[in-house]
Amino acid sequence: MSKLIRMDHTGHSTLAEWTADDPAAVDAAVTAFRAELERGYLAMVTTGPGHAAQVRELPLDAPLVILRLPISGG
Amino acid sequence: MSAEQALAPGLDVLPETASVHWRPRVDEARLRRLGALWTLTTVAHVVPFLGAAVALMALNPLSLPVALACIAHAWVIPELYAQRGANVVRPRTRAADGPERRAAGLLGDLVGHDARDLHADTSLVLEPGRLGVWLVGEAGALLLAGRGGRRAYCYCVTVDGRVAGASELPSGDRVAHLLLALRADEQGFATVANLSFSGARWRLRRRVRPAMRPAIDAAVASLDRRSSSRA
Repeated sequence: MSKLIRMDHTGHSTLAEWTADDPAAVDAAVTAFRAELERGYLAMVTTGPGHAAQVRELPLDAPLVILRLPISGG
Repeated sequence: MSAEQALAPGLDVLPETASVHWRPRVDEARLRRLGALWTLTTVAHVVPFLGAAVALMALNPLSLPVALACIAHAWVIPELYAQRGANVVRPRTRAADGPERRAAGLLGDLVGHDARDLHADTSLVLEPGRLGVWLVGEAGALLLAGRGGRRAYCYCVTVDGRVAGASELPSGDRVAHLLLALRADEQGFATVANLSFSGARWRLRRRVRPAMRPAIDAAVASLDRRSSSRA
């Protein structure tokens, strides 16, 4: 089961869960994913130990997709 | 769509770098230059005061109090800079226990066992990088680089406060935001962040909270292990 989570004031919220063989869940996850990107969130997946990458489309085979806010110099 | 297909061209560069487009991208050479510039600035602050103290004593030993004041200035100014650097990892206001626990759980999933323990003890996450070894906090990161990690770079960087919800994030999530950005593009991360201090590690170590000092020691040990494995 793959998960789309958003880091927020609750610690994190699970926005969608899906498996590749469940089209309805995939559609819901893609819709939620795009809505969060529209809000300004950036989507990240872990690509190996100590490595992460940004994605612009929902990677259906990723076990975990994390939505984060942009960073800036303080 | 697979994870590989989702990685669109150009996404290996942190998108936030667009907001600081005038800054040269930080690489090892630029990092060394920045460090040298900080050293030069420190010398430029210290030497005139020490010179003035010597000159005053040579002219008239009765000016000892003023000479001592000059020496104090020469000592205090680098200390103030180091304090400014240490402040980037000063803990911020914590959220309620529930969100903090959930955020710490997610952060724990992102890092290894040792880094998780170190974070629990020091509030800093140790993350090896190409530029050196990073210690990531809630609103900033320390980079130990150079031979044996003798030079520290203190970066002030945080979740963009202009975005709604940024100020309400639990501390673990703030660290996770920085960690994911760092892992995605280390050079971009160092470019976006504001350099608050660069100088001797020992100077910084004295200024960070005692509870955080083991994280600096662990980063040095990590660098030593890396050097040994390369040799």
